[in-house]
Amino acid sequence: MNFTLKIWRQKDAKSKGAFETYKVTDISADTSFLEMLDILNNNLVHEGKDPVAFDHDCREGICGMCSLHINGLAHGPGQNATTCQIYMRKFKDGDTITIEPWRSAAFPVIKDLVVNRGAYDQILQAGGYVSVRTNSVPDANAIPIPKADADESMDAAACVGCGACAATCKNGSAMLFVAARVSSLAKLPQGRVEGARRAKAMVAKMDELGFGNCTNTGACQAECPKGISIAHIARLNREFLAAKLQD
Amino acid sequence: MNCFLYNSSVGKKLVMSISGCALVLFIIFHMSMNLTALFSAEAYNMICELLGANWYALVGTAGLAALVVVHFVYALILSINNYRARGAQRYAVETKEPGVSWASKNMLVLGVIVLVGLLLHLSHFWAKMQLVEILGGHESEVGGQMIAATDGAALIQYTFSKWYNVVLYLIWFVALWFHLSHGVWSMFQTAGFANDTWYPRLKCLANIVSTLIFLGFAAVVVVFFIKAQCGCC
Ligand code: HEM
Ligand code: SF4
Ligand code: FES
Repeated sequence: MNFTLKIWRQKDAKSKGAFETYKVTDISADTSFLEMLDILNNNLVHEGKDPVAFDHDCREGICGMCSLHINGLAHGPGQNATTCQIYMRKFKDGDTITIEPWRSAAFPVIKDLVVNRGAYDQILQAGGYVSVRTNSVPDANAIPIPKADADESMDAAACVGCGACAATCKNGSAMLFVAARVSSLAKLPQGRVEGARRAKAMVAKMDELGFGNCTNTGACQAECPKGISIAHIARLNREFLAAKLQD
Repeated sequence: MNCFLYNSSVGKKLVMSISGCALVLFIIFHMSMNLTALFSAEAYNMICELLGANWYALVGTAGLAALVVVHFVYALILSINNYRARGAQRYAVETKEPGVSWASKNMLVLGVIVLVGLLLHLSHFWAKMQLVEILGGHESEVGGQMIAATDGAALIQYTFSKWYNVVLYLIWFVALWFHLSHGVWSMFQTAGFANDTWYPRLKCLANIVSTLIFLGFAAVVVVFFIKAQCGCC
């Protein structure tokens, strides 16, 4: 397969970027999207040009490092998949593919397609943890947890912190990410104890870092590679409002 | 001010949700009240008399005005904030995400249309009714004839005999339909009363409520327009 790629190139955080057009040829339909970019970079290096910088790590959909806004969608076409899980058979031979970095005031571009997602780490550090050791596996089993609660907690814990939610949201809101973290801990007895403090601290940090206000469009859940539901946002709202009303 | 309703995103949204909910309840009352005009001008004017310049109607009006102002000012604050959060550099290509309603992404535009319609509506009715009474009058001149401040039925008759008013009001109701088709389920989500089981139910409720509101208001406008055209009643 052959593709025309329109890729955002930007030297560093301070420079003004622009789209550049590249061609890749003889790409197998079974090539993953990131491998296709590897092939492009290989060609660029051979031509003595600067390769395109993009984030990636595990390449099996578990680390959340890969990003990219592909043809107007976070992580490209296909639902419940990260960019590393997208294959070129999703596209038509001869397609022009536009590749942009995540765009959000809180995720500044570092270089080309790489953005700084440190804001999510800061939100986590504000309260996305359990403060004391609650011991390891055998002890944990000593506390019975209803299956439904454990399932909901695990569904929320599937969040890989990729940033697609804020990158997709027309309001640049990080609510789905924050909600997933708050929800996964709130549903377990070990996390429940600090629920109120956690919800308040994480929302405060999210606001401070310049993320927007959720208007419940649901775009985040449509683009989340882990299919996290906005029902967790409703729970975050409950947790936060109940905590504030008790203050 | 150090209050979460003012300095946190979730708190500000709660203000939107509660003010929006109160406006929805009022608008359902208003729509039901209008329907009486379809059956009896007398009955309608009796309600108009009850809602003249007396203390409870004035308190109600002031409360509604406050709700609209709060909802509008918060909508502006939130929207400006959201625009900034989106960043200076926009996406060159945007594709509609599956399952995302158009209304949910255009609440501010829809709200502004609703507000403009509201101002027009106040000039057509409130300015000729309660305002006249507040200023100590009992009637005002409308289209070359004197209409009593309590004769809402005559005002309806006059206003909707004009085709351009019919068109403007219908546009207004369509914008309100879209605003509420998202707003009515969104207000539950914002307040935290929603989950995966309830989303289909709440969205269904939102569609039913907004459609009933649309049909109720539109019926009065259309019926009075048709009556004016055939001149039979
Ligand atoms: C005065 C003009 C209006 C403007 C500018 C406006 C604007 C907005 C905006 C921007 C939102 C989304 C806010 C958010 O989700 O963060 C919203 C939500 C809402 N609006 Fe309005 N609106 C107006 C009038 C109305 C009226 C007349 C009603 C009711 C009849 C109404 C009912 C609602 C409801 C129920 C919500 C949902 C609240 C939520 O998402 O929690 N609005 N409005
Ligand atoms: S909630 Fe979904 S989209 Fe948001 S950071 Fe987590 S995995 Fe990514
Ligand atoms: S590279 Fe790890 S999720 Fe894509």
